[in-house]
Amino acid sequence: MIGLSHYLVISAALFSLGIMGVLTRKNAVNVLMGIELILNSANINLVAFSKYSAGNISGQIFAIFVIVIAAAEAAVGLAIILSMYRIVKTVNLDRADTLKG
Amino acid sequence: MDNNLLTQIVFYFFAVLTVGSAAVVVFARSLIRSAFALLFTFFGVAALYVFLGADFLAATQMVIYVGGILVLLLFGVMLTHKLYDLNLKSETFQVLPAVMAVLCAFGILSTSMLHTRWHGGGQSPAVPTTAVIGELLMRDYILPFEAASILLLVALIGAAMIVRRRSE
Repeated sequence: MIGLSHYLVISAALFSLGIMGVLTRKNAVNVLMGIELILNSANINLVAFSKYSAGNISGQIFAIFVIVIAAAEAAVGLAIILSMYRIVKTVNLDRADTLKG
Repeated sequence: MDNNLLTQIVFYFFAVLTVGSAAVVVFARSLIRSAFALLFTFFGVAALYVFLGADFLAATQMVIYVGGILVLLLFGVMLTHKLYDLNLKSETFQVLPAVMAVLCAFGILSTSMLHTRWHGGGQSPAVPTTAVIGELLMRDYILPFEAASILLLVALIGAAMIVRRRSE
C-alpha cells in the first residue's frame, strides 16, 4: 500500500539531489536547476500532507504559491545570469568574483 | 487486488523516473542533457500529483514548469554559450564533501520521516479539486493571491530591467 512515507522519502531524495546540484555545480544555470528540484520536493511534501489530512486542501494552495514564486525566481535568476554573462563573459560561478575583497 | 498491484507498479515507475532523472540532472556532464532530464523530473512530479489526487496542480505543473520554467532554463543555456560549442560541459567541484553532506541530510530526513507517527485524519477521497481551489483562492486566500500577482508583475518588470542594455 502506498502511504504518506513513500512520498516523503521521494521528496527527501529530490531535496538532497537539489542540494547536491547547488553545492557541486559551477555553472549558474545548473545551480538554478538544483533550486527548482528543491522547490519541487517541497511541493510534493505540501501536496502529500494535504492528501493525508482528510480533505484539507490548503496544502495544494500553498503549492500553487510555491510554483508562482518559482516562476518569478527563475525569471529574475535568468535575467541576473544573462546580465552577468554580458559583463564577465562567463557563467562559471568561480570566475564571477568581482565583489570579492 | 489486481488493480492495487497495478497502481503500485505505476507509482514505483514514476517514483524511479522522478528520482532517477533528478540524479541525471545533477550528475550529467552535459548541460543540455541535464536540462532534458529536468523535463522528465517535472513530468514525474506531475504524475505524483495525480497519485495524490491533485489534478489541478498536476496540470499547473505541466503548464508552468514544463512549458515555462524549463523553456526559460533552456534559453538560459543557449544564450550563455556559443551555439557551435556542442558539448556544453559543466564543471563540478567539491564533490566529495557535498556527497557526504547530502547523504547525511538524506539519512536524517528519511529516517525522521519514516519513524514519526503522523496522526492525519486519513486519506481524502480523489475528487476534482479545481472548483474548490478556485473558491478558496477567491475567498480565504484573496490577499496572498493578490500579493502573488504583484510579485509576478514586479518580477516581470525587474527581469526586463536587469537584462536591458544600458544606452550610453
